[in-house]
Amino acid sequence: MKEVSYYPGCSLHGTAREYDESCRGVSDLLGIKLSELKDWNCCGASSAHCTDKDLSIALAGRNLDIANKGGRELLVPCVACFSRLKAAEAETEKEGVPIRYALDFFSDEPVIEEIKKRLVRPLSGLKIVCYYGCLAVRPPQLTGVKEYENPQHMDKLMGAIGAEPLPWSYKTDCCGSSLMLVRTDIVKKLTGRILSMAREAEVDCIVVGCPICQANLDTRQGELASETGETYDLPIIYFTELIGLALGHRDVKKWLSRHIVDPVKVLSARGLI
Amino acid sequence: MKPGEEIGERENSFLPKVVNASGETIDSCYQCRKCSAGCPVAYAMDILPHQIIRHIQYGHREKVLSCRTIWICASCYTCGVRCPNKVNIAGIMDTLRNMAINAGGKFGEKNVPVFHSVFLDAIKKGGRVYELGLIVQLKAKTREFLKDTALGWKMFRRGKIRLLPPPFSSKKEIREIFNVCEKGKRG
Ligand code: SF4
Ligand code: SF4
Repeated sequence: MKEVSYYPGCSLHGTAREYDESCRGVSDLLGIKLSELKDWNCCGASSAHCTDKDLSIALAGRNLDIANKGGRELLVPCVACFSRLKAAEAETEKEGVPIRYALDFFSDEPVIEEIKKRLVRPLSGLKIVCYYGCLAVRPPQLTGVKEYENPQHMDKLMGAIGAEPLPWSYKTDCCGSSLMLVRTDIVKKLTGRILSMAREAEVDCIVVGCPICQANLDTRQGELASETGETYDLPIIYFTELIGLALGHRDVKKWLSRHIVDPVKVLSARGLI
Repeated sequence: MKPGEEIGERENSFLPKVVNASGETIDSCYQCRKCSAGCPVAYAMDILPHQIIRHIQYGHREKVLSCRTIWICASCYTCGVRCPNKVNIAGIMDTLRNMAINAGGKFGEKNVPVFHSVFLDAIKKGGRVYELGLIVQLKAKTREFLKDTALGWKMFRRGKIRLLPPPFSSKKEIREIFNVCEKGKRG
């Protein structure tokens, strides 16, 4: 069994619980043991780097020190945490353990092969668009993603579990990120655009790998609908939840029950749940 | 900016200060405006990203540190990857926000800096952040008590809102990190 260190970050212990649960669930089925970093602290998120650069590096750096002591590759599901940890790594120039964003980690060729071997319910007929957002691809010096204007790795991963990812041009557009609570108007404008483009592509859902993107896209659809008179009811599903579904994990329904826009309806219409 | 509009004093040391603190190049900008054309939040800014760069070059410190733009920028890095001269505006925006906070003047946007300070307070106190604690503090500071209550209830029913602060036993270490950084700033 492969063992890696795990940094869930604050969101995954709160509003993004289903991302944490599905990350753990999928790793379990794939024989990957996740050891949560002992007494990890908040990475500082956008508020630290917006306020005090030294503080943002020190807060993220403390977690890297813990991970480096463990000596194992560090798996990070929240892309905002990942970005801060990578920035601290670059700034301190310390040789440490590899820091891996969960989407990159699960898109590695050997992991995809392992997933394919254990597939019990290919998601055939499920039309999706992959939404990467900002920090999964930018800045490329930190993410290492070469095709940052039109990334393909999530599409490939979703293809491997039988889903049908459609091309669209909003893969890496910003959702408004941390403006979520204080400039909700901006977040609604940006997510409204992303949601309408996905609707135009006639997909069943949007697949994401970031708790902030998920919350921004999932939680404002009711308001958008009442403000515009248009229909907004697209489920926003974590890629790990769909892998869990394809691998037949028994807790999938519990994960999906935590969403604001219900994903179960469309998945059962496709005969997948 | 409108013609003839007051832009404040010119401060010759401003450009080198921003360059030093951010470690980014600013001189190489030739005002092609590609950054502003692709910025997702340009519509809500008072000064566009390429104009921010020009103002820095001219030393318009006041103008830049008191504008709304630096708080609206979502740090999406779109501008930087598209800039023909690799001007990393997202990094420069961080420096400007840091400077504006240290300068302690009036901010060009009300609630975004409040959000950041509430967020950092939460880390300083608890080492980790939980949404309910954050929202309660934020409402107290912004006085928007009714905002998002229905949504919060929905999320609570779906098990997304934790009621108690998360366990964390190295609070002293975190306070020490804050102390060192605050001391560093007072210099
Ligand atoms: S894209 Fe670069 S060169 Fe062009 S205006 Fe913006 S910062 Fe200047
Ligand atoms: S990083 Fe800021 S200025 Fe640059 S495109 Fe994004 S929001 Fe606009």
